[in-house]
Amino acid sequence: MKITTKEVEHVARLSKLALSQEELTMMTGQLDDILSYVDKLEELDTSSIAPTFNVFSVTNAFREDVTRPSLSQAEALQNGPQHDGQTFLVPRII
Amino acid sequence: MELYNLNLTQALGKMAAGEVSAVALTKSCLARIAAVDDQVGAFISVDTEGALRQAEAADTLRRQGSGGILCGIPVAIKDLLCTKGLTTTCGSRMLADFIPPYDATVISKLRQAGAVILGKTTMDEFAMGSTSETCAFKVPRNPWKKGYVAGGSSGGSAVAVAARECPAALGSDTGGSIRQPASLCGIVGMKPTYGRVSRFGLTAFASSLDQAGPMARTVADCALLMNVISGHDPLDSTSVVREVPDYTASLSKGLGGVRIGVPREYFSEGLDGEVRAIVEQALSALKGLGAEVIDISLPHTEYCVAVYYLIAPSEACSNLARYDGVVYGYRDRSADTLVGMYTGTRSKGFGAEVKRRILIGTYALSSGYYEAYYKKASQVRTLILNDFKAAFNRCDVLLSPVTPTPAWPIGKSSDDPLALYLSDILTLSANLGGIPGMSVPAGFTTSGLPVGVQLQGAHFAEEMLFRVAGNLERALPPGERKLDLQG
Repeated sequence: MKITTKEVEHVARLSKLALSQEELTMMTGQLDDILSYVDKLEELDTSSIAPTFNVFSVTNAFREDVTRPSLSQAEALQNGPQHDGQTFLVPRII
Repeated sequence: MELYNLNLTQALGKMAAGEVSAVALTKSCLARIAAVDDQVGAFISVDTEGALRQAEAADTLRRQGSGGILCGIPVAIKDLLCTKGLTTTCGSRMLADFIPPYDATVISKLRQAGAVILGKTTMDEFAMGSTSETCAFKVPRNPWKKGYVAGGSSGGSAVAVAARECPAALGSDTGGSIRQPASLCGIVGMKPTYGRVSRFGLTAFASSLDQAGPMARTVADCALLMNVISGHDPLDSTSVVREVPDYTASLSKGLGGVRIGVPREYFSEGLDGEVRAIVEQALSALKGLGAEVIDISLPHTEYCVAVYYLIAPSEACSNLARYDGVVYGYRDRSADTLVGMYTGTRSKGFGAEVKRRILIGTYALSSGYYEAYYKKASQVRTLILNDFKAAFNRCDVLLSPVTPTPAWPIGKSSDDPLALYLSDILTLSANLGGIPGMSVPAGFTTSGLPVGVQLQGAHFAEEMLFRVAGNLERALPPGERKLDLQG
């Protein structure tokens, strides 16, 4: 086994996903298949190869710090699942 | 002839000549959608009133002698491109009611060019899938054979164009999501070079791989759309500062001196016999037109699936962290703690394929596994990129199949994710290398399913792809075929 049910539970917790017992069993089997498959990368010696995170070297795109129009408060709130017209509301934290 | 049958270039010609109005064309497309979309499921939403309003405005502009280069052309949009005021669901319950307060840059560019936004198309949830079957709302059907998949993830856009519900559409391609449904539905689709087209307002799946691109029934129509959507955007710092050529200019050029590379790893044992025969026929047609054919090796092709299914989920799990029920999208209201709300929202809002990729990505990036998985995959990505660089020193275009098989029956691929991932093997590497790729219709199987060929080029070699595609289209006329549609 490349991955255990316990590890999948841990990763699910990190991802803020709650899996049912049925989902957990299914995902563990499927993740195990996928991780076993990707092991084929071990065939390649990459010790001297630099990783590619982006195909073109990204440089900072600087611009002048000028004010420009942005979303109004009403527009920013319009898709909020719960708000009071001023701020987004969430369940009590403290 | 019904107006909905006109392709983009034909429709522009008729509107310019004053024979057809944008309103008449738009009404014809809307009527076609009303008649056939129940059968094929291309659209998640149709903006009937908005489309007619835009068409009226286009007619007014045209009468005044102004209006952009797509003035009055109805276009369908994959439902992950933000459209101001129009629901943008990404095919997910998570965003079922999300109404963007702004347009994606490609949408602004279409509007400036005078296009009429018809509606939003079906897709795999957050573009994660190869058949559009992971869509939370409906599954699009292949208009050539309705029991068969349309492909994905831009399945709805491909179907809308193929079923003649509109002349053109936009899709997005992270691992083949424009090229594969274009091939399976018998239309033209292009994934541009990474950075050629702005990603602002394109809902992020895997940010180093995603590109939006055109889908249409002819090569010239795709070239015209590329003229409109390409270019640097200050709102996307990965978009490239580079002049946009007139892509339509290269279509009529001949193939003298053009070197077509055939990557032998793309013609392996798993390739369907009919697909192979159709691709070989396309190759000999191009050879007959004067192209030189070169045998090419891309030795790391067999690692593409492994690299992709580590890198794309890793980027996805980070991008999808934003769906937490706070500022937009679905919220689970049953939880009384904040973490309970996050967890309930994500567990109920996301479907199985999205959860699977979040789990893979989180695992690949987690402490103790990062080096073995994400970093290792990123190193092999360098080798894949180097294969392409070496290949394009020897040839101008790579010609291959798009997919190892034609479309398959709906429902057949749902419970074996790895088998489905492996079907993407021929399209993933273009995204990993950031190179442009294209699918061009090349024939039909004996059972009546379309097959496309893939053209890939060096970074920013879109003009060369259009040139070869234009020749291919002239050499292989589609002929008269009947769609599997009533009405």
